[in-house]
Amino acid sequence: MNWKTFYALLARDGHVARRNLLPTLLQNLLQPLLFTFVFGKVMTTSGIMPASYKNMLLPGIMAISMVLAGVQAVALPLITEFQFSREIEDRLLAPIEIGWLAVEKVVAGMIQAMVAGLVVIPAAWLIMGSGVKLDFGKPFEFLVVALLVALFSSLGGLVLGCSVGQTQIGLMFSLVLAPMIMFGCAYYPWSALESFPILHMAVLVNPLVYASEGLRGALVPQVPHMNTLLVIGALAAIDLGLLYLGLKKFHQKAVS
Amino acid sequence: MGIGIRIENLRKVYDTPPPMAGGGTGFSFAAVRPGGKEKAPRKFDLVALDGVSLEIGAGEVFGLLGPNGAGKSTTIGVLTTRTQPTSGRAFIGEFDVWRQQVEAKRLIGVVPQRPNLDFALTAREILTFHGAYFGQGTRDRERRADELLERFKLTDRATHMVRTFSGGMMQRLSIARAMMHDPEVLFLDEPSAGLDPQTRLLLWEIIRNYNRLGKTIVITTHYMDEADALCNRLAIIDHGRIIAQGTPAELKAAIPGGYLLRLRFGRVTEELLADLQKLPGVTQVRSVDPASVDVYADRGGPLMGPIVNTAQAAGFELRDVHIAEPSLETLFLHHTGRSLRD
Repeated sequence: MNWKTFYALLARDGHVARRNLLPTLLQNLLQPLLFTFVFGKVMTTSGIMPASYKNMLLPGIMAISMVLAGVQAVALPLITEFQFSREIEDRLLAPIEIGWLAVEKVVAGMIQAMVAGLVVIPAAWLIMGSGVKLDFGKPFEFLVVALLVALFSSLGGLVLGCSVGQTQIGLMFSLVLAPMIMFGCAYYPWSALESFPILHMAVLVNPLVYASEGLRGALVPQVPHMNTLLVIGALAAIDLGLLYLGLKKFHQKAVS
Repeated sequence: MGIGIRIENLRKVYDTPPPMAGGGTGFSFAAVRPGGKEKAPRKFDLVALDGVSLEIGAGEVFGLLGPNGAGKSTTIGVLTTRTQPTSGRAFIGEFDVWRQQVEAKRLIGVVPQRPNLDFALTAREILTFHGAYFGQGTRDRERRADELLERFKLTDRATHMVRTFSGGMMQRLSIARAMMHDPEVLFLDEPSAGLDPQTRLLLWEIIRNYNRLGKTIVITTHYMDEADALCNRLAIIDHGRIIAQGTPAELKAAIPGGYLLRLRFGRVTEELLADLQKLPGVTQVRSVDPASVDVYADRGGPLMGPIVNTAQAAGFELRDVHIAEPSLETLFLHHTGRSLRD
């Protein structure tokens, strides 16, 4: 392992991300924050939704923002760089095992996902106004869950980035990300699905469910949520599976 | 010091189309679907390299010459860790390219066939980040980047994003990038494809100067004059096999007679071949197909009179003539029966 090279690769991604800061922020945060405004402000203030919905919603919004940020930070550049122009070739020729380039991409994606997640908390809190009761009494639990969510989102980006062609980016959003977000228990707690027994079980394959429920457990424990240990176990297992798959696919893409 | 290269019995069989030939688009979860239905019988077999062995000396300019699809780029791909060989081994210096990739990568610089510059960066950043990947310190890499930008006449565009660059500028920047970490071995895959004659001469000068520092240079080309002008030694490659290697002079001397006259008649008979063989200066006569004859001789034009007379006397109609002077082109024709541009 060659730390100098690894750091230089990370610095390159950081440099590019800073250059595209505003579009990246808009891309990752605008949609979740608009949703926050409509459901967390308009619907609750008008009385269509109870005020307590705000507490339920915020962790879900945070999970969605992190997943969007992580997936897009890794997948979109990878798809472009692996196209016929092979922009990534220069970095594949850097003196480091090529698996570490994939790891570097994942670390860069995690950082962006964490930033997105941490920006959403104050932003959503400001938008929704009074009535949001966040509990920061379990910082360690919050950190572990947030890191696992960030890891899952950027590993998901790695797998998608190595599986999807440039012409399928739109399809990736409508076939993978949209259902994942809708059935990710971000806008409602998992327990709300009890009246739909099949769906209740089926959504358990969706990693976003654990992300939303885990962040709920860490930030708003007063709201019904999944057992945190179960969440951490599931996210860790998903992360390991995605890591294996992502590295394998990256190698297939990188070496002919 | 200088670093040599050794290739032992290299084979590469693609079972999916290689990346250059497209593909790589679309969802491809197929590889991870375990078991399931029987795999679609998509049998794809492309033998790109078929037992290639080579030895390239330290400090040499070595050329791989051959038509498109001959296996030149695949050879470069294997030597630069970008292609996994099906069997056989390749060494850069003492390092096995496939097993000791990191050590091998430190020694090499690569100029790809098509520029693959990092479009998210400016020209100068492409060089400085490349230096950083190779562990150069900040001041060191900035100084080197400025030097290279100056030498490749890119200083005034240093802070521009490269997507606005012309083809020639991208090519120059690719070469500058490959030299940024001062590699012992420089690979250039078709470096002068698409360059104007002036830039091409500049490129040759740069390659020669770099070689003077004791660096090994491997270049692929399908231009005969380029191979002739630049290379100390050459290997001619076709259909994944090396069909001849040596210095350009040795290779040219190996052609029987030196000149090749390709004659086309209405038809060809054994008697005609025998008559042509008797002409002065003719070393070898080969029938290529029922209507064509290749004549190898020590002279070209002066032989035309006797050939026309012989053909007329025997009652054959000469329809077409092509005279190839002693060159690598002739050599390629001699070995493969095809022109390099076929």
